[in-house]
Amino acid sequence: MSFFPCHQGFPAEARKFRKLLVKSVLAGMIANVLFAAQSSQAASNIAVTDKEVVVGQLHSSTGTMAISETGAIEAEQLAISQINAMGGVLGRKIRVIQEDGASDWPTFAEKAKKLLESDHVAAIFGCWTSASRKAVLPVLERDNGLLYYPTFYEGLEQSKNVVYTGQEATQQVFAGLDWVAKTKHAKTFYLIGSDYIWPRTTMKLARKYIENVLHGKIVGEEYAALGSTEFGSTINKIRLKKPDVIYAAVVGGSNVSWFKQLKAAGINGGNQTLLTLSVTEDEAKGIGGENLVGFYSAMKYFESLDTPENKKFVSQFHAKWGENAPIGDVTQAAYEGPWLWKKAVEMAGSFDTDKVVKAEESGKITFDAPEGLIYLEPNHHLKTKLRNGEW
Amino acid sequence: MDGYSLSDLFSILVMQGFSGLSLFSVLLLMALGLAIIFGQMGVINMAHGEFMTIGAYTIYMTSRFTERHFPSFMPYYFIVAILASFLIAFFVGYLLEFLLIRHLYKRPLDTLLATWGLSLILQQVFRSFFGAREVSATLPDWLMGAWKPTPDIDIPLNGLFVMAMSMLVTAMVGLFLFKSKWGLKVRATTQNRVMASAVGINTKMVDRVTFAIGCGIAGVAGACFTTIASTGPTSGSLYIVDTFLVVVFGGTASLFGTIASAFTIAQAQSILTFFLTNAMGKVVTLLTIIAILMMRPEGLLRSKVRR
Amino acid sequence: MKGFGKAVLGKPGFVDLLVMAVIILVVFPLALDIFRLNLMGKYLTFAYCAVGLVMLWGYGGILSLGQGIFFGIGGYCMAMFLKLEASDPVSTAHQTTPGIPDFMDWNQVTQLPLFWEPFHSFIFTLFAIVVIPALTAYVIGVSMFKRRVSGVYFSIITQAIAAIVTILVVGQQGFTGGINGITDLKTLHGWDINTDSAKYILYFVNGVLLILSVILGKVVLSTKLGRLLLALRDKEDRVRFSGYDVSSYKVFVFCLAAVVSSVGGAMFTLQVGFMSPSIIGIVPSIEMVIFAAVGGRMSLVGAVYGALLVNYGKTAFSETFPTLWLFFMGFLFVGVVMMFPEGLSGLYKTYVEPRQRRWMMKVKGGKGIPEQLNENARV
Repeated sequence: MSFFPCHQGFPAEARKFRKLLVKSVLAGMIANVLFAAQSSQAASNIAVTDKEVVVGQLHSSTGTMAISETGAIEAEQLAISQINAMGGVLGRKIRVIQEDGASDWPTFAEKAKKLLESDHVAAIFGCWTSASRKAVLPVLERDNGLLYYPTFYEGLEQSKNVVYTGQEATQQVFAGLDWVAKTKHAKTFYLIGSDYIWPRTTMKLARKYIENVLHGKIVGEEYAALGSTEFGSTINKIRLKKPDVIYAAVVGGSNVSWFKQLKAAGINGGNQTLLTLSVTEDEAKGIGGENLVGFYSAMKYFESLDTPENKKFVSQFHAKWGENAPIGDVTQAAYEGPWLWKKAVEMAGSFDTDKVVKAEESGKITFDAPEGLIYLEPNHHLKTKLRNGEW
Repeated sequence: MDGYSLSDLFSILVMQGFSGLSLFSVLLLMALGLAIIFGQMGVINMAHGEFMTIGAYTIYMTSRFTERHFPSFMPYYFIVAILASFLIAFFVGYLLEFLLIRHLYKRPLDTLLATWGLSLILQQVFRSFFGAREVSATLPDWLMGAWKPTPDIDIPLNGLFVMAMSMLVTAMVGLFLFKSKWGLKVRATTQNRVMASAVGINTKMVDRVTFAIGCGIAGVAGACFTTIASTGPTSGSLYIVDTFLVVVFGGTASLFGTIASAFTIAQAQSILTFFLTNAMGKVVTLLTIIAILMMRPEGLLRSKVRR
Repeated sequence: MKGFGKAVLGKPGFVDLLVMAVIILVVFPLALDIFRLNLMGKYLTFAYCAVGLVMLWGYGGILSLGQGIFFGIGGYCMAMFLKLEASDPVSTAHQTTPGIPDFMDWNQVTQLPLFWEPFHSFIFTLFAIVVIPALTAYVIGVSMFKRRVSGVYFSIITQAIAAIVTILVVGQQGFTGGINGITDLKTLHGWDINTDSAKYILYFVNGVLLILSVILGKVVLSTKLGRLLLALRDKEDRVRFSGYDVSSYKVFVFCLAAVVSSVGGAMFTLQVGFMSPSIIGIVPSIEMVIFAAVGGRMSLVGAVYGALLVNYGKTAFSETFPTLWLFFMGFLFVGVVMMFPEGLSGLYKTYVEPRQRRWMMKVKGGKGIPEQLNENARV
C-alpha cells in the first residue's frame, strides 16, 4: 500500500485508520488465497441431486451469430425435453441453464466459467464459431468441463474435454471433391471462402487433395473479408478463369450477398457447377431458395433425408418450433449432443467428467441419429457419411 | 492475361466497370440518409443501419403478404413496398425525433450514445418479432438474372435497379435541398438557427422532418439492398461502418462530397479487389482512406464555414 | 510531492478515492468468490478506458470513439508476449514450423514476422504497452488537432479508424490470430496465470494500477492543464487568443488517455487469458464511452463505478434473461443520456453530498469542509 504518501498535518485518526486499512487488506488477500486453494478442488463437484442434473447451454442468442446459432439452441432443447420425457439420465431429469454468448468471444469464456464454476454443470452444449470454441477451451480444460460442439469446423484440434458432433474439415472435403471430380469430370477449381481459420484450413486441404490426388488444377483461390457484401469483382474474375467447379466456403451475411450476386450475374446451377461447404437449410432460408437452384452442398445431413428416423425427428422439431423452422446440418448435429452425452453417462454410470470421457473414448457409443447410425470414435469425433445435396 | 481474346477482355472490362458503378450506387444510397442527418443537423445517428433493416423487413413483410393474398400482384409489389419502407422508416424516425432526439440537440455527442442504445433496442425488437434467423423476400422475376447486350456480357439486373434507385434518390434529395421551399428552410436552419426562427421558420418542425427524411432514405436503401444482400436482425451493422466512412471521407457538410467520396471508394475497392484478392482489396482501400484522412481530416470536400 | 499531496489528499475528493480503493481492494476480495472476483477484474480493465475518457471527454470535450484501438494495442502487446512464451519449440514440436504461434502455422506462415521478434522480451513488452499507444495517439492527435478538427468530426474519424484497425486485425490472421484472437495463453515468465492464486494476485495488481491511474488523472487535472482543458472545452477560441497552443494540450491529454487505456488492455489479457478483436472495434469503443457517461463524465472515480455498474448489469441481465437482456441495456443507455446526463456522480452530488456535508459539519463542530459545492473543484 505504498501509494499513500506520508503527509504532514494529516490527522492522527486518519493515520490509524490507514494502518487498519493496510492490515485488513493484507488479511483479506491472505484469507482469499487460502480460500482459493480450497475452492479449486470444490470446482470438480457437479450439480446433481437424486432428482435432477444441471447442464449448461451456451450459444449466441444475440449479436451477429444468433442468425446461425438459433437452430442449435432449439435442437438441443428438443433433445433434452425428449430425454426428460423418457425419464432423464440415470433417473435424473435434466435442468438446462441457458447463457448468451452474445457473439462475443470473451463473453463466451466468461459464461463458460460461470456455468462450470458457479453452476457446476455436468456438461455444456454450445459454441458455434471456432473463435468461441477456442475462447472456451482453456476454461474447459482447467475446470475439467465437458463441451458438445455441433459445428463443422477446421479440425487441427482434439481435446479430451470436447466432443465434436460436427464434421471436421478432412471429413467434409475429400469425399465431396471425389464426388464432384467423378460425376462432373471436373479438372479446374476456383476456391473461395470467408477470411478466417475454417475456410483457410479447408481450402488448404482441398488444394492438396485436388493437386495431388485428383490431379486437377486450381485456377484461383481467394478470401473475402468477414461481413463483406460486395462480390462483383470476384465474380468477374471467376468468369475470366472459367473454372469447372466453384468450391465455396463463404459464411454469415456475406453468404447471402455472394449467392444473390452470383445469380444476378447470370451464373446459376444450369451453367456452372458450384459445391459449397457452408450452406445448410438455415442459410438457405436467408439466401432464398431460388438463388441456389442447381448448386450443391456437401453436408452430413439434410432435412429432406428420406429415412424413418429423420422423418420422425423433422416432425418432432416442427411440432416444437413451428412448421417454418429450418433444420440444417448443425442443427441436427446439435441434436445429437445431449443424446450422446446421455449414452456416455449411462455407460459410465456416473456424471463425473473423467468417467464420462472414458466411456466416450471406449469406441462403443453409437446413436441412431436422424442422419443415420453414428459412431463416437475414441478421438472424440463422429464417424459419419458425407452427402452431396442439390438445391 | 495470355490466352484471352480481345473481345473477352473487352467484356470483362465492361462488366468490371459496371461492378464499380454498382458498388458506387450502393455506397451512395447507404450514405445519403446519414449525410442529411449528420451533415445538415450534426446528429450522429448510430441507429442508421437499423433504419435500413426496417426497410428490408418491410420488403419481406410485403412480399409475404402479397404472396398470400394477391399472388397476381407479385411482379409489381416491389415498387409499392419501397414506398412503404420509406413511409414506415420516415414515421419511425419522426416519432423518435419527437421522443428522443429533440431533447439532445444541444448535446450532439450525446445523441450518439442515445441512438446507440436505440440501435440495441431496435435489433432486439427485430429479433423478437421476426426471429433470430435471416429471412428472404421473394423477389419479382424482372429483378433477377442478367441483361445480355452481347453473349459475353452479363449486366446484373438488381445492380441496374440499385443504380437507378440511387440516382433517383440523389436527384430527389438534391431537388429537395436546393429547389424546394422546405430545402430553403432546412439550409437556413443549418446556417443560423436563431435567425431562421426569427424570420418565422418553425425550426423544430424543420428538424423533425429533416431527421425523418434521412431515416426514410435509409429505409429505401435497406429495401433496395434486399436484392443483393441479407435481411436479418443485425444486417444493419454490416453497413454502418461503410456508411460512416463514406460520409466522413466525403467531408461532412456537403452532398457533393458524399457523392465524390462514394465514387472514389467504390472505384478503388472494385479495381483493387479485381487485381488483388477480395480481402486485400478492402484492406488496401481502407488504408488509403486512413492516409488521406490523416492529410485531409475534413474529408475530400471541406465546408466553407469558418470554425 | 507537494502538488501531489494537494491534488490527492487535500481535497474532499480524497474520501471518494479512499472509498473506491476500499471497495476494490477490500470489499470485493472479501465478498466475492474467485469467479466473480475475476469478472470484477475484467470490468475494472474497462474502467481504465473510462478514466481516460473522463480526462479526454469530460474535461477536454474531445470525444474519442476509438479508445478500443488503444485498449487493443495494450492487450495485443501483452498477448503477443505471452503467446511467444506459450509457443516454445518443445510444446509446438508437432507443427510444420515449431517455435511459432499455432495460428501462424495454420495460416502457412513459416517464419516469425519481424514485428513479433521484440516481444520475446518482457521489458520491451512493458515499454511497448506505454509507448506504442502514445505514439499512435500522437500521430492521430497532431494530424487532427493541428488542423482544428474537433467535436463530432473527431469522434467520427476516430470511429472510422477503429473500424479499419479491426478489419486489418481480423484480415491479417497469419500475423494477428484473426477473428479468433490470440488464445491459449499460459504462463508469464513460467508463472501459470490461470491458477486461482495467480488470479488473485493479478486482480490486486490490476486494482492497484487502476487506483494509481485515477490518482494520476487527479494530479494532472488539478494542475494548470486541467483548468486549461476545461477552458478550451467551453471556449476554445478564447484560450487560443490568450496565447495558448491549444492543440498541444489536446494532443497531450489524448496521448495520456491512450496510455491509460492501453494499460487497461494489457490487464485485460492477463485477467481473461486471451485477446480478441471483438473488444477493439466500434462497439466496445462506444461501450467505453457509455461507462464514462453512466459514471459521470466529470468524475474519475465515477467512471470506475460506471464501468463496474454497466458491466455488472450486462452480466446480471444476460444471466437472468439470456434472450431479452439487450432491451435492458438499450433502455439503460437511452435513460442515462436523457435523464441523468451527469451520471452516477451527478446523482451523488445532488443527493448524497449535501447530507454528507451536514454530517461532517456536525461531527467537526461546525467547521466542515471549506470548499464550495463547485463542479469544477472536484475531480
